Parts: sequence; structure tokens; C-alpha cells
Amino acid sequence: MQYKRITLFAGHYGSGKTNIALNYAFNMKRDGKSVVIADLDIVNPYFRTKDSERELSEAGIKLISSSFANSNVDLPALPQEIYSVVDDKTDYAVMDIGGDDRGAYALGRYADSIVRENNYEMFMVINMYRPLTRDVESTLEVMNEIETACSMKFTAIVNNSNIGEETTAQDVLASMSYANKVAEASGLPLRLTTVDKKLYNELHEKVENLMPLTLQDKIWR
Amino acid sequence: MSEKVLMKGNEAIAEAAILAGCNHYFGYPITPQTEVAAYMAKRMPKIGGTFLQAESEVSAINMVIGVASTGKRVMTSSSSPGVSLKAEGISYLAGCDLPAVVVNVQRGGPGLGGIQPSQSDYFQSVKGGGHGDYHNIVLAPASVQEMASLTFKAFDLADKYSMVSMILADGTMGQMMEPVSLDAGEVNTYEKPWALTGTNCERKHNIVNSLYLKPEALEQKNFERYEKYKQIEENEVMYEEYLMDDAEICVVSFGITARVAKNAINEARAKGIKVGMIRPITLWPFPKKVLCDAADKCKAFISVEMSMGQMIEDIELAIRCKKPVYLCNRVGGMIPSPEEVLAKIDEVNKNGGAF
Repeated sequence: MQYKRITLFAGHYGSGKTNIALNYAFNMKRDGKSVVIADLDIVNPYFRTKDSERELSEAGIKLISSSFANSNVDLPALPQEIYSVVDDKTDYAVMDIGGDDRGAYALGRYADSIVRENNYEMFMVINMYRPLTRDVESTLEVMNEIETACSMKFTAIVNNSNIGEETTAQDVLASMSYANKVAEASGLPLRLTTVDKKLYNELHEKVENLMPLTLQDKIWR
Repeated sequence: MSEKVLMKGNEAIAEAAILAGCNHYFGYPITPQTEVAAYMAKRMPKIGGTFLQAESEVSAINMVIGVASTGKRVMTSSSSPGVSLKAEGISYLAGCDLPAVVVNVQRGGPGLGGIQPSQSDYFQSVKGGGHGDYHNIVLAPASVQEMASLTFKAFDLADKYSMVSMILADGTMGQMMEPVSLDAGEVNTYEKPWALTGTNCERKHNIVNSLYLKPEALEQKNFERYEKYKQIEENEVMYEEYLMDDAEICVVSFGITARVAKNAINEARAKGIKVGMIRPITLWPFPKKVLCDAADKCKAFISVEMSMGQMIEDIELAIRCKKPVYLCNRVGGMIPSPEEVLAKIDEVNKNGGAF
């Protein structure tokens, strides 16, 4: 896989950005890159990149996250180290952006530098099983709101259509037409379709550019 | 719409409210329930409803009183410190016998506490919370699906009995994402002859009020209200039984901790320990009878909760202290792990049954 120096994941609230960003960072590391992952989520107080702190550190991936993440401090602050991701061009960077336009505002302050370097991929993560992005039109609306908020343009689409643990191969296949239409209407390539790794074997011959995801275990399963 | 979508618990509450015919929402942001307000802000303008971010929780609950007086379905939501602020208004709703739905997505306390999940507003919810003799119907969802279905149910119960129904969730339930079917069925409509809808000069005007100048009249009103509560205790109790047929140990837990406890029970069963669970779905009315019956068969109870031991008192009352009740808890935003619950089951299995 050809990686850009900076890869950004943005999209609708709850579309799966954090999980995909984490898996993407691990893949990059496995491909021999020096990787840093930055958590720019100022919206979501729970289920953060920081939940995977130990796994990231074991894999040798640097995590830049608010020191307040997963604490009781409810403060939408970003650490100053995030500037290092943009300014220090030696590492490959994965940036996890908060949901919707509200989350994307935080990206705005880095946008100029990222666009000037001109070596980035910005993914729009989509899930047609989320109630507010059920169709092409509402998905494009969210996409447009995000681009306006962060003053950057998306470069590709990631189809992460799923309904959680109950997702079947059929659900993924049923989302492909939606994903292709979003790609067509936005003029961007559908770069990846992401699925829980347990569905990978069933789907990899049927879906192009399929990426398996390792998801976190939950104690309340 | 019967096919499933992927939703956050907080979003499921908001969408279910809209499906239940709630076109009026007043709130104030607080973690971890802010998505209820954010979702309402997006959806209400599209269906011609009202979303209003009030200047405080106190003003939000008073706006709820206003809409409830007109007989329209109305909801507000908050998290623990915000619900404390609403307590006065909830007492006024009770005093005026007005239907409304109040959502509490609990976080750690007391005081400003923290933003991580908790169940320590149990007493506040089931014993009243505000001043005066009253109850709220309190529903405790344990999945995103129940966040939706119990919200739908909360509106029905509120109208049926003309009182406040509360959804008592926690930060995890609000934030987790699960598949949910929003096919909730028909919305029942109830006559509301007391509603302030304008007389058109065709009837005597209605008055919604909680002030009684004569103590005899206020006493009578309280008696009548408690007759209604008695009916609710007889007719509206909801609970889930899990592996209780041959259980010698009965775990009692609600919401997210019931999910964790279920995993621990499965592991204990695999080790041959006869343990089951009664999960209260209505915390008020509390499932007293099924627990009291279980006390004749089980040797001990374990209350698994994210508080310093609040529901445990209701269990002891329900079973009339016939058997020992042990506490398995974490607080302050911490969630008990399945291993911790299993260790407690092991311990009670070895030593339990004796006071």
C-alpha cells in the first residue's frame, strides 16, 4: 500500500474513525514505517485512541493524545505536541479527527501546514447504517460541513458500513452501491472498505480493497 | 422502519422520543449525555418540533413543566449534577401530576464528581430526589435497544399515570454503540381533560398548580397519588430472570453492571456454581415479589452496582432480610470487571448463606 506522509480520518460522529485509524497505524508499522498517531478528538469523552495506549506502545507507535483523555477532566484541549506531527516530517502520521463539523474545527489550525506540505490523504469514513447518514444526500451534507469546518478537502472515501457485532457479509455487500454512489457524487475514489476481521475471508474476493479490522473487546459483551 | 441501524445509546433515546411523539425537548449540555441534545438539535427542526438549549438545567425543567401543562409530550435529559438542579422542577411536576420524561445518563459523584459512568443516583431517582411525598417511574436500560424501547415505554407510562417517567442510564450506556431496531409500534393516546389548551369559551378554564391552601385538601391529594402508586406497583413491574430456575445464588444488578454480571455468571456456571440473576428493569416500582420468592430458594444474594451500596437496601427490604445480601461494587466512574464479579460469586458460594 502506498502511504502518504499524513493520513487523516474524519467523518460523521460514530462512523468508526478511531478504530480504523488505529488499525491503519498498526498496518503502517507492520510495513516498516515509523508511525505516530495523533488523537484530535475534542468531541467524544469515551472510547478514545488512548484506550489502546498499551498496544500502541508495545508496537512502537507513538501516541499523541490529550493528557485529559479518559480522565475526569472534561476539557476539549489539544496537546501542543500535535504541531510536531505537522512540522517534523520524518515520521508517518495518522490523525484521528473528532466527529462531524464540530470535531473537524480542531483540524483547522493545522490545515495550512498540511496542505502546504501536500503529502496527505484525508479519508471520509462513511457508514450507511448510521441513522443520520442513511443515504448519499445526507452523507454528502455531513462531508460538506466537515470540509467547511476544517478548510481542507477530502481525498478519498472509506466505506465502514456496519451495524456492530451483528454485521453480516450481506450487510457489507448491501452497502457497496451506497459507497460507490457517495464516491461518484463526490468525485473521490472509494479507497477502502473496512470490515471486522471475522468477515474478511467471506468477503475479500467479493469486495475490492477490503481491509480487516481488529476491534477492542468489551467487558459487557 | 424495522431494519437495524447502529446507534449510540444517547442517540437511541433521542430518536425513540421523537417516534413516541415527543416534539419538544429542552436541555443543557453535560457529559456524558450531550449527544441527546446534539441529536435533537439536528432532528427537531426537520420535523417541525422544538429544540431549545436553555440557559440552565433549572430553566430547562421549568420549560418542561410549561409544555407538559398543555398535554404535549416533552422530554429533558441531563447527567447527575444537572439532574440535581432539576430536582425542584421534578417535584413540581409530581405536585401538578404532569406527565414528562426525564433522562439521567449518570456520571460519578457527589458534587461535580467526574464524567465516567456511575449508578450512584439510584436513591435520588427511586426515592424521590426532590421534596415531598412522590415517586417517579424509573426505567433502567441495559442495551442500546432498551435505551430506545424503554424511552418509548417511558412516554406511554408518563401519560397513562400522569407523572414523571425517568430513564436511569449511565455514561457507558449513553456512549456505547450497538445495533438497534427502531420499530417501536403504535403510540397510545390518552385523554388529558386537565390540559391547558385554551377554552374557546366553551368550558371552564383549567388550572395546573401544586399549591394547596387547605392542608386537608393537600392531604387528600397525597392519599390519591399513593393509591395511583399502589396500582403501578401492582401492574408495571418489569424485570429479566437469567438462569434462576435452579439458582442457589441470586445476583441482582441493573444497566451496564447487569451486562458485566451476566459474563461472570456464565463463567461461574461453567465451573458448576448454581448462580442466576434477577435484573430489575423498573427500579421503581422495584421487583419486590420475584425477589422475595427467590429468597425462599436461594441461599444468598449479591448486589452488583456502581455505587457504595444503594440498591442493596431495596433488595434487603424486598426479601425481608430472609437471606444475606452481599455487595460487589466499584464507584467513582470505575466499572466492575467480570473477574471481580466472579471472585465475589466464588466467595459467596464458599462462605455464603450464613449471616
